[in-house]
Amino acid sequence: MPETTVKLALRTVGGMMNLRASLCTTLLALASMSAACGGDSAGRAEIITIDGSSTVYPVTEAVAEAFQAAYSGMRVTVGESGTGAGMQKFCRSETVISNASRPISATEAQACRAAGITYLELPVAYDGLSVIVHPDNTWVTSITVAELRRIWEESAQGTIVRWNQVRPDWPDRELHLFGPGTASGTFDYFTEAINGKAKSSRGDYTASESDNVLVQGVATDPNSLGYFGLAYYEHNQDRLKLVPVDDEDPTNGDGPITPSVETVRNGTYRPLSRPLFIYVNLAAMDRSEVQQFVEFYLNSPAQLLQDVGYVPLAEAEQTLTRARMAARTPGTMFEGATHTTSLEALLRGDR
Amino acid sequence: MRTETRRLVEAVIERGLFLCAATSVLVTAGIIGVLLFEALLFFQDVSVLDFFTDTEWTPLFAQKRFGILPLLTGTLLVSAIAMVVALPAGLLSAIYLSEYAPSGLRRVVKPLLEVLAGVPTVVYGYFALLFVTPLLQDIVPGLAGYNALSPGIVMGIMILPLVSSLSEDALHAVPNGLREGAYALGATRMQAALRVVVPAAFSGISASFILASSRAIGETMIVAIASGLEPRLTLDPRVPIETMTAFIVQVAQGDAATGTVEYRTIFAVGMLLFLITFLLNMASDWLRRRFREQYA
Repeated sequence: MPETTVKLALRTVGGMMNLRASLCTTLLALASMSAACGGDSAGRAEIITIDGSSTVYPVTEAVAEAFQAAYSGMRVTVGESGTGAGMQKFCRSETVISNASRPISATEAQACRAAGITYLELPVAYDGLSVIVHPDNTWVTSITVAELRRIWEESAQGTIVRWNQVRPDWPDRELHLFGPGTASGTFDYFTEAINGKAKSSRGDYTASESDNVLVQGVATDPNSLGYFGLAYYEHNQDRLKLVPVDDEDPTNGDGPITPSVETVRNGTYRPLSRPLFIYVNLAAMDRSEVQQFVEFYLNSPAQLLQDVGYVPLAEAEQTLTRARMAARTPGTMFEGATHTTSLEALLRGDR
Repeated sequence: MRTETRRLVEAVIERGLFLCAATSVLVTAGIIGVLLFEALLFFQDVSVLDFFTDTEWTPLFAQKRFGILPLLTGTLLVSAIAMVVALPAGLLSAIYLSEYAPSGLRRVVKPLLEVLAGVPTVVYGYFALLFVTPLLQDIVPGLAGYNALSPGIVMGIMILPLVSSLSEDALHAVPNGLREGAYALGATRMQAALRVVVPAAFSGISASFILASSRAIGETMIVAIASGLEPRLTLDPRVPIETMTAFIVQVAQGDAATGTVEYRTIFAVGMLLFLITFLLNMASDWLRRRFREQYA
C-alpha cells in the first residue's frame, strides 16, 4: 500500500523526520551540485523558509519536495515548531510562510500589524480524526466528547479500565485502548481537542506511531476503542466501526455526528475536525519563487493530501482559495466570525 | 625464510589474533559501560524503589510513572508460555532423536529442526500476528488481537530447536556403556532413556533450558509485532501487554530526545534485561559444571 508508506513516513514526526530531513539535505546537496555542473550557479538558489504547525508540516513538506523536484535550484525549508511559535517567527519576518492548524489569533494578528506585516490566509486542507471500535461492538452507537474525555484524560490512567465505567449501561468488559504515540501530530490534536491540553493523556494504552498497528489492534479486539486520522479509517472501513461523536453543542449540528468528508467540510463534525492553513507574507509574494510555490501548493493534487491523511477542500473552496490568492486579499477571514460559519461562506466573504 | 623473519611473522600473527579476540571483549565491555552509565543517570532522576515497586509504566506521557513491573511481568509471561511449549517438545524430540530415531533419520531431521532457528524473527512475528492469533481466536474466548499467548507459542516454536539440539547433544554424549548396562538389567528402551540417559545428561539438558529462557526473554521482534504495546500489569495471556524489549523498540522509533529521562528509560530497561539474561547464562554455566557426570 503506497499510501500507507507515505503517510507513515510523513506523519511519524521525530526520529524519522530527522532521517528524512537529512536525506532531503543530501538530495539537495546533490541537486545543487548537479546544477553547478550544468553551469548554473548554485549560489543563486533562493530559500523559501517555512515554519509552524507540526500538523500541517507533512502536507507542506510533501508539497515542498514535489516543488523542489519540479524546479531545480529552488530551496524550501520547512520547520515544525508549532502554530504559535511559527506565528511569532512569521510576524518577525523570519519566515515567509507559516503553517497553522488554527486561524491566526487576535494577539498574533496584532503582533503582525505592529511589525507592518500583511499576510495572505489560505486554507489548504481539513484534518479529521476518527474514533473507532471493533465491528462486533454492539453497545457503542455514539460517544460524547465528555465520555471521550473521561476515557482519555490523565486521571483515567489505571482507573477507567472497563466499558461500564464510561457509560453505566455499557457492558462490564475490559476496555482496550489504541492511539497514536506521543511523537504524533494526531496525538497532540486529539489530546488538545478532547482533554483541553495538547499532550495531556493517559499513558496506559497501546501507543504506536504506526497507524497499521492501531488498525490491526482495534480490528482484532472486540473490547477495543481507538482513534486516528479519518483517512486511515477510510482505507480500512470493512474491518472497523466508526463512532459518531456528539459535542453536545446543538449550534453546530445536533446530536452525534458521523465523520465524513461532508461533515468535516461543513464543520458539524466537531471538535475532531478543523481546517488547516498557510499564512503567506504578502510582501514576499512579490518574489517570483514564493508566488510560484504558493500557486504550486494550491494546485497540488488531492491525492497528496489523502496520502498524508487529510481531507481536501471542497471544489468550490479550492476555487475560492485560488481566487483569494490571485486577488492577494490581505488579513484573516475569521475576524468577527462565529465558529458555526462554514469555510466556504467565510471565503465568499459572507458573515 | 630466515629464523628472524619467521619470528617476526609469528609475532605479527599472534598480535593480530589477540586483537581479534580483544575486540569482542572490548565491545562487550563498551556496551556494558554505556548501559551502566546511562542507567546510573536514569536512577539519579528516578528512585530505584519506584522503579521496582510502582505498578504503572508511562514514561512517555504527561503523568510519568516508572514502575518496571508491567514490562517485567509482560516479558516473563510471554517467556513462560514459550518455555511451556519449547521445553517438553524440545526435550521429547531430543530423546526421540538420540534414543529412538535410526541414525539416517537423525541426520536428516536434526538439521531440519535447526532450520527453524534460522527463520528471521520478523517472520515469526507476523506469523504470530496474522496466522496464529486469528486461529487461536476461534478457540480461546476473549482473545484480543494483540496478546501474550500467540507470540508466546510462536516464540516457543522458535526456541524449540535450541532446546532439542543442545539436549540431543547432551543425550548423545552419554556413553553407550550406560545404555547397555541398563538393557543388561532388563530395562526397556524407554526405561533406559528416561531413568538412565536423561539423568546422566541432566547438566546439559538444564543448561539448554536456561539458555532457551534467556533467548526468550531477550527476544524482541515477535513481541514487538504481536503482543501489543500496552504496559499492563496482568498475568492474563489474552490481553495486550508490552515486554521490556518491545518498549525499547517503541522508544527507539519515537522522538525521545537524547539526554532526557524518556530516552534513558531504554538504558535502564536494557540494563535490567542484560542482568537477567546474564544471570541466567551464569546459572546455565554453573549447572553444566556442577552436575557434569565425568565418564572416563
